[in-house]
Amino acid sequence: MRFRIIVLAKQVPDTRNVGKDAMKADGTVNRAALPAIFNPEDLHALEQALSIKDKLPYAEVILLTMGPTRAAEIIREAMYRGADQGFLITDRKFAGSDTLATSYALSLAVRKLAPYHLVISGRQAIDGDTAQVGPQTAEKLGIPQITYAEEIRSLDAKKIIVKRRLERGVEVVNSTLPALITVHSSAAPCRQRIGKRLMKFKHARTVTELQNETKDYTELYTERPYLLIEEWSAEDLKADAVSLGLSGSPTKVKKIENVVFQLKESKSLSNSDKDIEKLMQTLIGSHIIG
Amino acid sequence: MNNIFVYCEVTEERTIADVSLELLSKGKKLAGALNVNLEAVVLGHKVIKPESLLYPFGVDVIHYADDEKLFPYTTLPHTSIIIDLFRKEQPEIVLFGATSIGRDLAPRVASALRCGLTADCTSLEIGDHFENKTQTEYKNLLYQIRPAFGGNIIATIINPETRPQMASVREGVMKKEIYSVKYKGKLNKIDAKAILKDDDFAVTIIERHLEKSRIDIKNAQVIIAGGYGVGSKENFQLLFDLAEVLGAQVGASRAAVDAGFVEHERQVGQTGVTVRPKLYIACGISGAVQHRAGMDQSAQIISINTDVNAPINQIADYIIHGNVADIIPKMIKYYKKNSK
Repeated sequence: MRFRIIVLAKQVPDTRNVGKDAMKADGTVNRAALPAIFNPEDLHALEQALSIKDKLPYAEVILLTMGPTRAAEIIREAMYRGADQGFLITDRKFAGSDTLATSYALSLAVRKLAPYHLVISGRQAIDGDTAQVGPQTAEKLGIPQITYAEEIRSLDAKKIIVKRRLERGVEVVNSTLPALITVHSSAAPCRQRIGKRLMKFKHARTVTELQNETKDYTELYTERPYLLIEEWSAEDLKADAVSLGLSGSPTKVKKIENVVFQLKESKSLSNSDKDIEKLMQTLIGSHIIG
Repeated sequence: MNNIFVYCEVTEERTIADVSLELLSKGKKLAGALNVNLEAVVLGHKVIKPESLLYPFGVDVIHYADDEKLFPYTTLPHTSIIIDLFRKEQPEIVLFGATSIGRDLAPRVASALRCGLTADCTSLEIGDHFENKTQTEYKNLLYQIRPAFGGNIIATIINPETRPQMASVREGVMKKEIYSVKYKGKLNKIDAKAILKDDDFAVTIIERHLEKSRIDIKNAQVIIAGGYGVGSKENFQLLFDLAEVLGAQVGASRAAVDAGFVEHERQVGQTGVTVRPKLYIACGISGAVQHRAGMDQSAQIISINTDVNAPINQIADYIIHGNVADIIPKMIKYYKKNSK
């Protein structure tokens, strides 16, 4: 039997690249200046899956992501690095999902891929930093979770031994399979693209992407069916409408404030108590610290 | 019913973690605003005097499960007991520390109870909400305020419909305050064995030990960097003190590393690491172009220097003219005074 590993990944705006140019004059985020990237810790998760595949030839790695059509980019990226296959969960009905509604959709997609042995994701995504989707998906699947994984020590068809990175130390745990693992940024970085795989998968497209292509790829896709990236809608997942998107999300955003970064000339302060206190109040007030 | 609960984390020393005591202090204020009770949940084994430790924080009820299988923490047993307790008690609000444990446990609980959870809140308040779409007025909701989008926005999150309203908060964000040394609550013992099932032990701990993590300044949101101008290894300790208070990392210029003030892993610049934190505090760094190349994309830069003409001042948002040894203790003092 195949050893099936499902990697959960997200395409995110690169919030780490918020330099001075990424803020507009009015102090709001200039989203256009932020490139969409493969969430960094999800790449660490992919590496863990691929390194299992290196050791177990009968293992297969499937990338699962939820997002707009554009998110297919990270499926291709995963294929270039060694993933066998990918699925895109995409539907307007998922818009506005919080972590609970997201984990609901992901858990349905994972179930559709059963029997599976391991689900691996990054610990958290850099746009939200909640670290909630992994544990919530595990709960919905009714499987154990191992968070903050740094290294998979060993595994067989029934159990896995994982080293976890905690705040003040490390822990080595043994879990039954299937299980869900979230990978910490201290784990091994992901391998680079492989030239041969890049050639093989560069034309991989979702149905929606194909519709937007000017060239006719019908023949290519008949010959090479592995190039088609399947899209799953809410209906394909047999999702319960009230558990999706905004209606399935118990958390609502009441208010959003932009952190205003001043683009003014530098201010000179003295070392007086008054100046230092004022500076600390400004920093705390703008939520840069505290 | 409908009280405020705080999950109290048990430390290695079998006492209650500071972050949980901070949350009890905040919880007591929220409980006062809502006129409800404050309840603590303690799951562990042979915890040292939970009653005399927790009651002074204004705790009305301690729900305590004492069982060897609950320490050290593993996800599933703690989740099962909490879910069982919350189904009976129907809390209004639940607070968790945003720690390795809290961030592992809270989402699993929230998923099982299908309630909302907001991670890493920096502020919690009680307030009302009017929903225009449904013309519904909600009274006394928990406003869960947190940075998002890499810290570029501050969002206020609410859970109008579902209960409990759950939030996690990092250590040091709330202030630990004794409510009254004479305060007395009552103890509710939980029989863990009656709740736990074999399935709850799918994960077992083989080994655990304390181990320092590798220095990682690349992903730090706030960096306190020191240069040759800091003067000595001893003075560098001040930078570590400020970093500890702000939850920041310590960086350094090449000159400071070459002088042996700190480890090479902390070096920022062309031959070190390139960083883009939200805030970069350059202490006694002149700002050679090689150093600036590694940090000039920082969102805010503060320069502390005795030399007003130091090149780093050209790219700084704030320039503090003076001595590092004099200014950093003041920054710590006024941060502590104003942050809570």
